[in-house]
Amino acid sequence: MLKAFLIKYAEIGLKGKNRYLFENALCDRISEVLMPLGSYKVYKEQGRVFIECPGDYDYDETVEALQRVFGISSICPVAVIDSTDWDTILASVADYVDAMYPDKNITFKVFAKRSDKSYPITTPDMCSMIGAHLLDKFPQLKVDVHDPRVRLTVEVRKKTYIYSIVIPGPGGMPVGTNGRAMLLLSGGIDSPVAGYMISKRGVSMAAVYFHAPPYTSERAKQKVVDLAKMISRYAGKIRLYVVNFTDIQLEIYEKCPHEELTIIMRRYMMRIAERLALKENCLGLVTGESIGQVASQTMHSLASTNEVCTMPVYRPLIAFDKQDIVEIAQRIDTFETSIQPFEDCCTIFVAKHPVTKPNLKVIRNSEKRLGDGIDELVDTAVNTAEIIEIG
Amino acid sequence: MIAYLDNSATTKISDGARDVMVKVMNEDYGNPSSLHIMGVNAERHMKEAARVIADCMKVNPKEIVFTSGGTEANNMAIIGTALTYHRLGKHLITTRIEHPSVYQPMLFLEEQGFKIDFMPVDGEGRIIKEKLYEAIRDDTLLLSIMYVNNEIGSVQDIEEIAAKIKSIKNDIILHVDAVQAFGKYKIYPKKMGIDLLSVSGHKIHGPKGAGALYVSDKIRLKPIIFGGGQQGGLRSGTENVPAIAGFGYAAVEAYTDFEQKTGKMYELKQYFINEAMKLDGIRVNGLPASSGEYTEEQIKKTAPHIISISFSGVRSEVLLHALEERGIYVSTGSACSSRHPRPSVTLESIGVPSDLIESTIRFSMSDRTTREELDYTLEQVRELLPKLRRFVRR
Repeated sequence: MLKAFLIKYAEIGLKGKNRYLFENALCDRISEVLMPLGSYKVYKEQGRVFIECPGDYDYDETVEALQRVFGISSICPVAVIDSTDWDTILASVADYVDAMYPDKNITFKVFAKRSDKSYPITTPDMCSMIGAHLLDKFPQLKVDVHDPRVRLTVEVRKKTYIYSIVIPGPGGMPVGTNGRAMLLLSGGIDSPVAGYMISKRGVSMAAVYFHAPPYTSERAKQKVVDLAKMISRYAGKIRLYVVNFTDIQLEIYEKCPHEELTIIMRRYMMRIAERLALKENCLGLVTGESIGQVASQTMHSLASTNEVCTMPVYRPLIAFDKQDIVEIAQRIDTFETSIQPFEDCCTIFVAKHPVTKPNLKVIRNSEKRLGDGIDELVDTAVNTAEIIEIG
Repeated sequence: MIAYLDNSATTKISDGARDVMVKVMNEDYGNPSSLHIMGVNAERHMKEAARVIADCMKVNPKEIVFTSGGTEANNMAIIGTALTYHRLGKHLITTRIEHPSVYQPMLFLEEQGFKIDFMPVDGEGRIIKEKLYEAIRDDTLLLSIMYVNNEIGSVQDIEEIAAKIKSIKNDIILHVDAVQAFGKYKIYPKKMGIDLLSVSGHKIHGPKGAGALYVSDKIRLKPIIFGGGQQGGLRSGTENVPAIAGFGYAAVEAYTDFEQKTGKMYELKQYFINEAMKLDGIRVNGLPASSGEYTEEQIKKTAPHIISISFSGVRSEVLLHALEERGIYVSTGSACSSRHPRPSVTLESIGVPSDLIESTIRFSMSDRTTREELDYTLEQVRELLPKLRRFVRR
């Protein structure tokens, strides 16, 4: 009976003349997630997006896929009646209610809409006539106009659409409508969540991972690729840069004070990320940092890592507690992968007592010890980064 | 250059075993339980494999049960014995250096009310015999002991132990996990007093997914897998005929030119260890402490193919990956347990200091390992050590 979905979107409705761009992006993204599931037909009609499903489609699988499309505020499985004849509509609505609610001991309210104002019956009349017809057919039903359990909507357009189930979508905006950003992806719990959150605002993603062989293993890299795949279920295609960071890290290790290692290392990561971001036409960097979570994420440390790039750095988790981040990670299914115990490049040489309040001048001075050689290493790291296309 | 020195994790399948498998998959793909000729042909491969493996052990082919590998064979032996004979006693003995596929079933049985003694080993990884003999009680049902330890290559005096425990209590069942020993030692269960013996195909250039348990005709085991009653009801499930046939082929191959192969491995092992001894800050595990060279006699008390060396000041995982970049494949501790970041129980049991446990690499050879591979490995280790030692967590 439910062979189609009506997709409602919230914020993109507000975007004035740009609206068609947002709608097109939404349709593209819906087509993208449904592509592997079969041949669905996705189209716009009068401020609505409709999806017609293939005959053998799997309802749960389809809903699950749509719940990963940012920009959707709700997903309504609809019965489509290829007619606007009033008697056919009444009969179809009764069939719909009969099939969807085997137990008729429920309260309901009818909402009607017509796109063609010349349709002979007005919407208030449509509501009361449908209500009366249903009560007549199923005497157990009760009307409750204030708090109905079933909100039965009947929309008469070129065809007639009947629905009563409203499944919440993920909200946000369609990916690709708000520019592009470079995500610093580590393999921990936070950065995948940060990527997810920024892409929820319609931002498309590139990502960079800092690999430090032989100190980090091929499995650690595979873990990051796996995480990028999981984010791309929501964020669409992601270009992942794998930067070989070993030589830079060893250079810092040899020449700079050990307690400052992590901060200086992160400053170089930001520099490299920004270089790659410019290549990718990104408008900002995204990190999973949260104030005070570790030594390198105190306000002082953030100020220190922040100063090396001019591009805005977006930190969607900045005021989140760990538990809140974990909850999102579990919801988007990255948590189990994130907690696999592989060493990443931030942990391999970490000092027992890293600085928590780095002084900018001190850090800049320490960096001077690296000399000109470091710029060459950075160039090499940028130019030799491996590119992996995800999604 | 490629140097594959992780043969105790698994080996490359031999061309011959592979060809046999392809033939069975292409031509004799019938179900050995089927009544028609296709079934008969498939069954013939099984019987042939049972025969040749039984020949390697000088036992009756009827005493060979095929399993999915060493883990299943160990589970079948230990849990099967406990299920069958629990009325005769609830005391089981094993060692502290067993493979998880022995250790974990033991823990499971402990939960079921059995009493388990985990016997200590000496600094070279050999069971302390006096303590073992003292541990035997009136209700001791089973001793499960590994022939060759997978992490350090220590070898147990199975024959001597078997004779002694049976002189103390003649109905003790002796299970030997010979997964790392099969193909490297001539093991004759009947002569040696072994009742149950686990072996595996993929450690001897056979395929993964095939192993066997020798079950002495004096023992009746209850199955741990139930179903269609294949293999005398002891191991239900359609047999993995291609892999079993490949396993049979590999077993024959392993015992062809046997003395020459083990002799070569011992020679290489002695060479590798004595060369490694010239490096600073290393410890060879499973051999007595020494500052000079190891003699042939000392080396031959250990398994021919397993070498365990700790490199102080280097994390083994880092060394492993650095070697990997140079085409050399090794393990940290043992491959099966290296997925869990817990310190090796074996290394701890033989008294390796805790800082060295995390710095231990296992090099494991096969009869196909060459001196060139070892020279290349030594050269790379020699080059890497000072570099890696410069960069450590401070």
